[in-house]
Amino acid sequence: MEANGRAPASDPAERAALDEVLGPPPTAWLGGARREVDLHVASADARPGRDRLLPALLALQRTAGTLTPGAVHDLARRLDLPPSEVYGVASFYALLTQSSPAAATLHVCDDIACSLAGAAEVAAQAREAIGPEGEVGRGGLRWRTSPCLGQCDRAPAAFLQRTGEEDQVLAPVSLPWSAWAAPRPPAPTPPPPQVGGERRLLARVEVVDPEDLDAYRAHGGYEALRRALDLGPEGVVRELAAARLSGRGGAAFPTAAKWEAVARQPSRPHYVVANADESEPGTFKDRVLLEGDPFALVEALTIAGLATGAERGYVFVRAEYPLARARIAHAVEVARRRGYLGRGILGRRFDFDVEVRSGAGAYVCGEETALFQAIEGRRGEPRNKPPYPTAKGLFGKPTAVNNVETLANVPLILRLGGAAYAADADADATGTRLFAVSGAVARPGVYEVRARVTLGDLIGLAGGAPRGVRAVLLGGAAGAFVGPDALDMPLSPAAARARAATLGSGAVVVFPRGADLTAAVGRIARFFRDESCGQCVPCRIGTVRQEELVRRLAEGSPLGTAAEERALFDDLARAMRDASICGLGQSAPNAVESALRLGLIAGEGEGE
Amino acid sequence: MFGAGGSTSSYEEIENTDAILLWGSNARETHPIFFHHVLRALRRGARLYVIDPRRTSTASFAHLWLGIDVGSDIALANAMGREIIHAGLVNTRFVERATTGFEAYRRAVEPYTLEFAERTTGVPAEAIARLAHDYARADRAELCWTLGITEHHNAVDNVLALINLALLTGHVGRYGSGLNPLRGQNNVQGGGDMGALPNRLPGFQDLEGDAEARRRFEEAWGCRIDPQRGYHLSEMFDAVERGELTALYVLGENPAQSEADGRRAVRLLERLDHLVVQDTFLTRTAELADVVLPATASWCEGEGTVTSSERRVQRVRPALSPPPGARDDLAILAALARRLGHDWGEPTAEQVWDECRRLSPMHRGMRYDRLEALGGIQWPCPDEEHPGTQFLHARLWREPLEGPPAPFHPVAWEPPAEPLSAEFPLRLTTGRRLDAFNTGVQSGRYPSPLGRREAVHLAPEDMARMGIQEGERVRVVSRRGSVEAPAHSDPTLRPGLAFMTLHTPDEVDTNLLTLDAWDPRSGTAEFKAAAVRVERPGAGAGATTTGRRASDGG
Amino acid sequence: MTASVTATVDGRPVTVPAGTTILEACRRLGVEVPTLCFLETLEPVNVCRLCVLEVEGSRALVPACSRPLEEGMEVRTDTPRVRHSRRMVLELLASAVDLGAAGPEVARWLAEYGARPERYGPPAPPAPAGARDGRQAGHHPGAPTGTRETLAQPVKVDNALYVRDYEKCILCYKCVEACGEQAQATFAIAVAGRGFDARIATEFDVPLTESACVFCGNCIGVCPTGALMVRREYEMRREGTWAPERQSATATICPYCGVGCTLVLHVQDNRIVKVTSPLDADVTRGHLCIKGRFGVTFVEDAAPTSDRGGA
Repeated sequence: MEANGRAPASDPAERAALDEVLGPPPTAWLGGARREVDLHVASADARPGRDRLLPALLALQRTAGTLTPGAVHDLARRLDLPPSEVYGVASFYALLTQSSPAAATLHVCDDIACSLAGAAEVAAQAREAIGPEGEVGRGGLRWRTSPCLGQCDRAPAAFLQRTGEEDQVLAPVSLPWSAWAAPRPPAPTPPPPQVGGERRLLARVEVVDPEDLDAYRAHGGYEALRRALDLGPEGVVRELAAARLSGRGGAAFPTAAKWEAVARQPSRPHYVVANADESEPGTFKDRVLLEGDPFALVEALTIAGLATGAERGYVFVRAEYPLARARIAHAVEVARRRGYLGRGILGRRFDFDVEVRSGAGAYVCGEETALFQAIEGRRGEPRNKPPYPTAKGLFGKPTAVNNVETLANVPLILRLGGAAYAADADADATGTRLFAVSGAVARPGVYEVRARVTLGDLIGLAGGAPRGVRAVLLGGAAGAFVGPDALDMPLSPAAARARAATLGSGAVVVFPRGADLTAAVGRIARFFRDESCGQCVPCRIGTVRQEELVRRLAEGSPLGTAAEERALFDDLARAMRDASICGLGQSAPNAVESALRLGLIAGEGEGE
Repeated sequence: MFGAGGSTSSYEEIENTDAILLWGSNARETHPIFFHHVLRALRRGARLYVIDPRRTSTASFAHLWLGIDVGSDIALANAMGREIIHAGLVNTRFVERATTGFEAYRRAVEPYTLEFAERTTGVPAEAIARLAHDYARADRAELCWTLGITEHHNAVDNVLALINLALLTGHVGRYGSGLNPLRGQNNVQGGGDMGALPNRLPGFQDLEGDAEARRRFEEAWGCRIDPQRGYHLSEMFDAVERGELTALYVLGENPAQSEADGRRAVRLLERLDHLVVQDTFLTRTAELADVVLPATASWCEGEGTVTSSERRVQRVRPALSPPPGARDDLAILAALARRLGHDWGEPTAEQVWDECRRLSPMHRGMRYDRLEALGGIQWPCPDEEHPGTQFLHARLWREPLEGPPAPFHPVAWEPPAEPLSAEFPLRLTTGRRLDAFNTGVQSGRYPSPLGRREAVHLAPEDMARMGIQEGERVRVVSRRGSVEAPAHSDPTLRPGLAFMTLHTPDEVDTNLLTLDAWDPRSGTAEFKAAAVRVERPGAGAGATTTGRRASDGG
Repeated sequence: MTASVTATVDGRPVTVPAGTTILEACRRLGVEVPTLCFLETLEPVNVCRLCVLEVEGSRALVPACSRPLEEGMEVRTDTPRVRHSRRMVLELLASAVDLGAAGPEVARWLAEYGARPERYGPPAPPAPAGARDGRQAGHHPGAPTGTRETLAQPVKVDNALYVRDYEKCILCYKCVEACGEQAQATFAIAVAGRGFDARIATEFDVPLTESACVFCGNCIGVCPTGALMVRREYEMRREGTWAPERQSATATICPYCGVGCTLVLHVQDNRIVKVTSPLDADVTRGHLCIKGRFGVTFVEDAAPTSDRGGA
């Protein structure tokens, strides 16, 4: 890359942060001191990989509370990237800032579940204590509203990004304002998650110490990997096929087929990726698994590596899950130390290792190809498919990417045997599914049920809805609202489809009778507008027009007649579904459409 | 090369080769669109090697940059040759059947060990070995150079040293393998092709050695052609100095500002009895003239052809009406001929071209309408069915070999003509900037936002050592003259190396510093290696550079 | 080995070499597929979605520009679904972006597909200079209720050679690709920001003169909407003196270095008003350097006559 010779200066702390992430610069041309030899020879071999970009940006953000021009230029030189590209990536992610630094930024969740639990009050207090949203105010602090933080079971939640310190989740927000703004606030212990139902995937959660490998082993841990090594790659795929395991991320693709497709690709290397970027509003089941049973994910990913012929796996965890990230990073480190990762695993000729990567605030990175982009150090812009990840995924190589819950099923299947796992199957689904139940229920939490269990029974597992049910949002923002008439619906994909709904991410947000759904629909419309990557026209502009339309309806000031507004929405919805590049744009109109259908937006009367 | 004065390969082959060596070329800035073809090759997976004393913007794209000391090119090339031989990487089959003189070459390069080359060039031995191996092992490799090779007192030796490498490895005469001098002006290739060289007739035909060609021209032109070659530019100046040459007719050149040792050039131009300058602009040279013939801008106000670096003859066309008084070069020449008693009529560009086609076998097939239809044609194009020639010397690979084998020319390294000394401890080298061109007559007339004013570029270490601030005006002094310019800290330079351009002679006349030691065979002066010192006019005595470290090898 | 595939487009069989895109196949059949972000000399980025078509068996519509034709594919280019998406893409763009300088083809499509951008309400007030730059990702402010948000904002004029009028930008990525990866490798600009705030920017939105820009103008060469414009054209348009009907375009060769780039000189009233290079020129592929695109005005009458006329 050509230097433009106008680089502003960074400060020593920023340079130290870069050294920490990237190691010392190998040559003068990559930001090191000018040595005699550098002035006579330079080799591109010294160039580090672009995939260090996001980790380095996160480190700089933490160090300085923002990304300064000096640091961006430094980082660009260190990675031999253009400053414009680094800026383009940095400005894509919500947790990276390029404006004036704050000592700490409080991200106040105002998404659906937190709104039901008083997020507006938290925001009001933040405004009172700090000042206007987005500006650096009293105490050098800043606050902003945030999309769902995945703490719906502990709502209202906030996420605290502090300069020079680890990020922290406040859920529920309970500390006095003066305390969390202190340089080292007392680390609040979040209340343990509520878990219930059949508890096969959740068997160890809240039972086994998530930081203790031996405890994990004492509860069946690493039996599956041993069996997988005995079965060999084809054997593992056969078991998954027998288990009829399908993806829990929403698309319900058969996992065995995906892994086999990767295994068969001649192009090398292969990669496996755990998608732990759980960002669908109302969804927190993966968080509970990551925090409560991290070794299981490491084991599952190792088995995936074996089955697909990959030597490297990535866990991509959303930045708003610091505890989950720490737990999984710890599990990886312990597993590596104990020989469950690295070379010659369990004494076999099998090498595999795992790297944990953090997101930086972008819902769209839950889309598999956008996730690859983020790991590769690019803007999280989804790629057109085909080619599919199984052929061209991470770094352009064959990749098996699976959701955390899907992977959690893998050790279970190998321990039980595929056929046994599938034995007690419901019509179109084997095994259990996790649902994150929140909103107006007595015990918000993660519940594990089979497809025959109804929505009403699931809400019952969560202690029931004491204030009644006006509507339920199924599958998060990308899902759909259903009315109380759906409580008898079994939680199977087919049954959901029959009601123009989806189980999607397993989010179940319950709205009590008399709840104001208008605000929730407006929040969803804003969510898609703010989370659209901006790449394709139908989504970039369509989500803006949808939000404007919902706001007009909410404020009772439609353009023309209601029918005209409805026609406009239908036109938008159809174009977003038909022509958007990825699932974000394609599903952006779902919830709004269901709300319109059920008459949930104010002015159109209650749907009951 | 081997009797053909042009790049052997085409741009398309640059895109499809495996290894590209840019030697003494900052193509990124001096040939930007050629560099686009290099970039396409890089995207395809080709590897780029840049040999340049400066870590230029071109070098920043390289897989390997060798920052040799100025004037050490032959030491590097010979050491590469020796390494290729010792590593058993010679293309033996090619060398045996298509070349002569290998044994002499082998003996000649034997003293050029990697250690010697490291000492001479400053580049670590392993990097030299790696370049040698990568070049030799590449399936296809293109070697390209520019003025960093040719603006030296031993320019021809420099070029021969590179040709030797191509012969050694067989990297010539095949698709994607060749030797490419990148041309610096839009028709410098065409000028040479048209016989604007002292020893050539149009079609690059040998004036002295090819009596048959000479006879054809004599017949066509109805006059006798002196079988003795004429002067090249540097010789002309020497002849002026000796008083042998007293009148000069300059067409589209600005030697008052473009010649090395500019003070001498102006002095000699002033001494002429008669100076005629034909140009689009009233250049500094034109200001010295007795007669100025205002000419149209041939590339946009007249018809004709120019020939590019890949030997492609292309049409230029009039887009503008010339200003009043300016006349087409051809019309001026015809009018002049008439005054001298020869009626050439009023030939059109196409008629002149057709005459050229009759007399020059390599242009024969290039009818104007074909040039039009094919988007230019690469010579040689011997007949009207011929599509033009993408790459030269395919004959060397034919079975059996066609024509004479290609000779190795062993050459020896010598240091730059002007050694560094305690008095002149800095090596000044010159080059072009992206947004400017030669003496700035054309490029000085548009508002380039790059806004880089002329400055003497110095290594940050030298600036610090001399206590010079960025932008401070300093005096640069050589044995021939001195200029003042702002100093600029340039991290692409190592200590001991200074850089200036020739673009703004009215502001900073860099050629007052440069050396006119020229290669007797090419007539090109050593613009690239002068010995200078830098003084701070404001500071007292002793505020000059000290001979800390010479950046020249040896 | 040149494998070929056979498929149908609107029921008509077509056989093309493997790897041929649906778009190329349609063009061979003479079927018009409108495109905005596509350019023959760049890799398709398939972001404008104007070229989407129906492919039997595919849930969503398929971008013709990037999707290779497959054996047995049944492509339909003129169904109600396809026409709906095209109309909406055009309508959404026109509702947010000034397409006034995008050329006659775009104007024709807007009419032909019946785009009605006004049905999203009156435009919101334009953004003040710089307001759209540097917005925090994920925190889009939105327009006043009842108005439609647009990209309206002042033109960026920060150098002598060209202007950037981002209210005309459809975010086709062509300028970024031409500046960076696919041609020039300068990378002065990139896509920054997110969602509706995604935009073309230098690092920290510094002026071009402080960026890595080398003013080759290759971004201008690929811009489909006139968002990037040579300063002279921009000024003549503002003065009302820009008169394409009085312009000639003549191909010649650049007067600078020896590469031999074809320049097309656009001349109005004996003045070079713009320089381009043909996309299909082997040497340039439409790209030039600063000297070729901007540095040739030295021949103009504007130069001092003493310099041109001679002694």
